[in-house]
Order: sequence, then structure tokens, then C-alpha cells
Amino acid sequence: MDHLSSYLVLSAILFSLGLYTVVTRRNAVAILMGVELILNAANINFVAFSKFVTHNLDGHLMSVFIIMLAAAEAAVALAIVLNLYNDRGHINVDEANALKQ
Amino acid sequence: MIKLALFILFLPLLSFVFQIFSFRRFEEKKGEWVSVGIQFVTLILALVMLGMMLSRSDPNFSLELHQSWLDLGLFKIDLGIYIDNITVIMLVVVALISALVHLYSTAYMAGDVRFSRYFGFLGIFTFSMNGIVLANSLFMIYIFWELVGLSSYLLIGHWWEKDSAANAGKKAFITNRVGDIGMFTGMLIIATVLGTFNFQMIAERIHDGVWAANAGMLFGGIDPHKLLTVAGILVFMGAVGKSAQFPLHVWLPDAMEGPTPVSALIHAATMVAAGVYLTVRIFPFLTADAMATIAFIGGFTAIYAATIAITQNDIKKVLAYSTVSQLGYMVMALGTGAYVAGFFHLVTHAMFKGALFLASGSVIHAMHHSLHHLDDHETDPQDMRNMGGLRTKMPITFGVFMVTTAAISGIPLFSGFLSKDAILAGTWAYAANVHDGWLASLHLAWILPVFGFGAAAITAFYMFRLIFMTFYGEAKQPQIFKHIKESPKVMTIPLIVLAVLSMFFMFTLPSVNPISDHGWFTTVVQSPESAVTTGPAFELEHFEHALHAAHTPAMVTSILVAGLGILFSVLVYFLNKISAEKLAVKLGALYRGSFNKWYMDEFYINGIIRPFLKGCDALGRFDLDFYDHYLINGWGRNTKRTSKGVGLADDLIVDGAVNFAGIIFQWLGWTLKFIQTGKIQNYLIFVLIGAAMLYVVNVF
Repeated sequence: MDHLSSYLVLSAILFSLGLYTVVTRRNAVAILMGVELILNAANINFVAFSKFVTHNLDGHLMSVFIIMLAAAEAAVALAIVLNLYNDRGHINVDEANALKQ
Repeated sequence: MIKLALFILFLPLLSFVFQIFSFRRFEEKKGEWVSVGIQFVTLILALVMLGMMLSRSDPNFSLELHQSWLDLGLFKIDLGIYIDNITVIMLVVVALISALVHLYSTAYMAGDVRFSRYFGFLGIFTFSMNGIVLANSLFMIYIFWELVGLSSYLLIGHWWEKDSAANAGKKAFITNRVGDIGMFTGMLIIATVLGTFNFQMIAERIHDGVWAANAGMLFGGIDPHKLLTVAGILVFMGAVGKSAQFPLHVWLPDAMEGPTPVSALIHAATMVAAGVYLTVRIFPFLTADAMATIAFIGGFTAIYAATIAITQNDIKKVLAYSTVSQLGYMVMALGTGAYVAGFFHLVTHAMFKGALFLASGSVIHAMHHSLHHLDDHETDPQDMRNMGGLRTKMPITFGVFMVTTAAISGIPLFSGFLSKDAILAGTWAYAANVHDGWLASLHLAWILPVFGFGAAAITAFYMFRLIFMTFYGEAKQPQIFKHIKESPKVMTIPLIVLAVLSMFFMFTLPSVNPISDHGWFTTVVQSPESAVTTGPAFELEHFEHALHAAHTPAMVTSILVAGLGILFSVLVYFLNKISAEKLAVKLGALYRGSFNKWYMDEFYINGIIRPFLKGCDALGRFDLDFYDHYLINGWGRNTKRTSKGVGLADDLIVDGAVNFAGIIFQWLGWTLKFIQTGKIQNYLIFVLIGAAMLYVVNVF
């Protein structure tokens, strides 16, 4: 396990799963989970490139940032979801299409 | 002296301001006495000036004060006052007549509707006249000239409820305007050539040859002498209007519509004197031809107006035409070069004509009161046919009338004799002095003395006719006669003062020779030398010689013709040896012509005013039917048509392009709105597709 490509493959699989989740699920919470997957795929990429290509800690630093950002994002997103539920009684994103008008 | 003059100028204006702005407060509290007081103070100041002038007795005395008023760099207009002996004498005349008229009016106008306004207007009239007298330049004289025109308009139309009074005011104003146009043009010519309006400087510059040098260059090579003649006659046109010379005399008889004291003021001291005074002022720069023109206008006016006065029955109309005739005398005198005589007659005439008008006012006043007493509003109080025998009832008025009639008729011992005789001698000398030119060829110049003596005879005749019809004979209306009373003291005192001033010695002192006019007047007033150097001018020295020679024959003839006129008048109206009616029938056309004022008014109405109005009407119709209809409206219609075309193009092409762009974007929007689903996941897919496409494009 000391080749860059293995990390990139793992990261690509994670990204694809996340994207798939985001695009196909109707449940807002599930979509959020998909977003987490995408973010973590990016984290893996950062750390891998940092280890094999640049040989410094820039990538690690960036991944810590992203984890923190993901936590903040989850807090904001869950608050939105909660409000959506309070407003509509469901969290189905297909019906939350007020932007269309 | 300058300060005194300024006081004399502005005090009457003060009276005007007082009357106009405080009349409500003083209307019932004898506010008119303030004006009378102011006027008498003015008179005293004027007399002080006269005293100073007489003690100096210098014929060349003059004073000037001027103040720059408008400075245009190259061209300056100064306003100022110029005082010489003539100014002082004229100031005294104006102040005296004005003061007496004020005093007289307190009784005559008592109970009038616009009492204080009347006194205010008298004040501004006096102010304007003083301005003309004191003016040092044509420009300043013009300003006050128009002010005199305005105040005469206001006073003639004092009783504007009467149509005739309102029309008379208008007529006076408009007729004067005709003359003023000429005067203004003349002024402008002079100012253009010489660059000044100042009398002294005009004469000086003409004398120094500035006129000869500039005139041709400025006016397209015209002969400078001819231009000077034209300028002189044009300025004189102003005098033709103001001094009621033929053919602009028509306003004056109508001006009788004003109150009688106003007539006295207008005819004796202010308005009509202004024209003669202007001619006196421009005398030094009149050319020989201009003077001949002036002399003929004056001479014709003198005889023309006299013939009208014979047949008038209105007491004031007779006096009005007699004024026109006497003004003709003065103008003729100035035209013939008898400068002193002309001005002398202006002064003596002011006294006796002022008295005549005020005396006729006294008669009218008495008639009016009598008619009022009888509750008769139909009978004309001014018609002499309703009078007769008044001498016993109104002894003072009668006495004054006698004295002043003797003066105007030219009877020795009275002032009119001296001045009229001097004028007649002047015309005689003029005619005898003409040796070459168009005047000599047919002895045309002799027409002037003929006019002069003829008018003298006629004047004597109609003035005595007036006396006989008014004061002698049977009372024609016994009813009215019964209630006639002599006028109050404030009216008779001015009359007596003026009658005394119509005596000869008032003007000949210290000499008391009744047939020689050598006295203080001829000492202080002397004819100026002509400043004209461009061509034939008035030759003072020759003229003085001829005048000396003509003096005695002219005097004898003038006494003879006056006697003839009086004799004829006595025969017709006193002894009734000749019947006036039969004479009128016998003379037929002549009588009708005179009675109808030689149809001058009709000539103006039918010959000028009507055709003018018709012309205006035709032009108006042309304007409406042709100009408005075809040109203006046609242009409008064309514009409308063009606009319609342009509008259409606008709609189709410009708007079409704009709308087309709109439609395209509408369609684009309509198409694209289908991908706007509002579903976040769809958008994500588009992003994915886009990213994939970018990848494909980049890699391959």
C-alpha cells in the first residue's frame, strides 16, 4: 500500500459513492451524508498527494481544515433540514423546489 | 443760482407727490393749500432769480451744471441744467402762471370728484415744464417733453367720464407723438454727427466745422448743409406738435375739454410754450432754409387759425384758436429771425392769454352756477349765444377781459402791441431782406407780412366780437342772466394780477414810452449769432438793419389793421349796422369753411385715419386668409403629414427591431426555463455533465 494510485482509487470510489448518494436520494439527511463522503474523498486526495508528491504537511493541514468545515457545514445543513421539516412536515428535497418559481 | 433753479424744478414735483400719496388724509382738510403754498414759494424763488438777473443785466450771462448720466465710452449723455436770461424769464412765467392757476383752481374746482389728484397733476405739469426750461441738452428736453405730454394727457382727460374729454386727451397725446417722432429723428441725426446732445456744444461744434467734416461721411455723401436743414426741421417738428402748428394743431381746440384753469396753464405757460421755447433753444443752429420753412409754417398757422376763430360760438374755442394763431406768430417770428420778438411775444402772450382763459373760466363758472341754480343741465354754459350783457354783473371779469383783449389785439399801451409790433416788423424786415434764392423769385417772402397783418386784423375782430357777444348787448337768456354773480376773490385776484402784467410798462421799464419796446426785456434778451457755417445762414447784422428800417411802417400798419378789425367788429356786433347772419349767407362757402375749421378734422378722419384703419383691416384679412391659412396652417399640415410618415417608419423599423430582439430573448427564456426545475439534484447532474464535457474537451 505505498503507491499513490491505490489512494486515488479509494478516493475516486468514495467520491462516486457520495455523488451517487447526493444525486439519487430524496432524503435531505441522506444527501448530507453523501456530501460528507465527497468531502472525505477530497481529504484522502489531499493527504495522499501531500505524502507522495510534495513531501510536506500542506495537504494534512488542508484536510484538517476540511474536517472542521464539514462539521460547520453539517451544523448549518442540519439546521436547514430541521427548519424544512418544521415548515413542511417532511424532508423530501424533490418537493423543496420553491426556487423554480 | 443753480441751487435756486433746482429748488424751482423739484418743488412742484413735491407737490405732486404730496397730493398723490396723501390725498385721502387731506381731502377734506384743505390739502390743496399745500400745493398752492409750494407753488407760491416757487414763484418767490423764481422772482429772486429774476432780481439777480436784472441786477446783473448781462445779455451773455449763462450758467451750466451737468452730470454724466450714461457713459458708453465713445458716447456720453450728460444731464444738466443751463441757465441764461431766457431761462430765468421763462421760469418766472411758468411759476407765476402756475401759482395763479393753483390759487384760482381752489375755487373753480371746489367740489370736484378728483380734487386732490387735479392739484397733483398741476404739480407734475409745472415740474415737467420747468424741466424743459432748465434743460441743457436736447436729450433732457426730450425727457421732460414727454412728461409734459403725459401730464397734458392726464389733465385734459381729467373728466374722463365724458367720452369727449377722454378722446381729447388721447388726441392731444397721439398728435404730439407724430411731432415727437420727427424731433427724435432730428435729435439722433445731430447726436450721430456731433456726438453730443448739449445745446452749447452743438452750436460750438457746428461753428468749428465738425458738422461739415462728419455729416457727409456718416450719411453717404449727403450735402452737410442740407442735412443740417433737415435735422433742424425735424427737431422743429416736435415744436409743431407741442405748439399746435399747422397741420398738427388739431389737438389744441379739443383740449378745451379739460378744466378751464388747465387750459390757461396749457395755453399760457406750459405745453404750447414748450414748442416755441424749443425753437428758441435750437435757433443758433437753424439754417436759412430751415428758418424759412419754420416762418411759413408759423405764418400760415397764424392766419389759418385766426380765420377759424371768427365763427366759433364757444367762448373757449375762440380763445383756443386765438392761441393757435398767436403761437403761429411766435413761430413765424423765430423763423424770420426776429428772435427777441418771438420770445417777447411768448412772454406777453402768456400773461394776457392766461388772463383771458381764467376770465373766460370766471364767466363759465358764473354761467354754470346760474344754470345749476335753475336746475338746467341742457344749456351749454360755454356758448356765447347764451350770454350777453354780463358787464354789469361781472365788472372785474369784464375789466380784465377788456384789458387783455386790448393787449392781444395789439392796441398801444398794452404789452401785446409791443411784441406783436416787433414780430410784424420782423416779417417786414425779413421780406425786405430776401434778395436771392427761391423766396425772392416771386416775392414769396412778402406773404409773411401779409399773413401777419391779416391775422392781426382778424384777431382784433374776433376778440372784440367775443367781448360784444359776452358782455354787451341784451342778455340773451334773461333767466340765466338773473342768477349770474361775480366770481370769488381767489378767482378775481389772479385775473387782476395778470391784467396788470399785460400793461406795456411791465416790459419796458425803466423806459415808459408806450410805442418803443426798449426796456429791461430787450436789454437782457438778445438774438444769438447763428452757428451755421456750412452754407447760407441767418445774418443777424443785415437783419437788425432791416428791422430798424421796418419798425415805423410796421407799427403804423399794425395799428391801422387792428383799428380796422375793431371797427368792423363794432359795426357788426355792437352797433348792429351789418347783420352777421346776412354776411354769413353772403360769404357762403367761406363761412362754412371757417365754421367747420376748414374741415381739418374731417380731413384727418377721412383722409388719414379711415384709410389707415381700412389698410389695417385689409392687412389683417390678408394675414388671416392668406398668411395664416396658406403659409402657417399649410406648414402645420405639411409637418403633420411628415410626422405621420416618420411615425410609421418609427413603428415599423425601429420598434420592429426592438421588439424582435425582445421576442428572441423571450423565446430563449421560454426554452431555457425547462432546465430550471428547482431540484438541486438536477442541477448537480448538469454540473456533472458540464464537468465531464470539460474533461472530454480538454483531454481530446
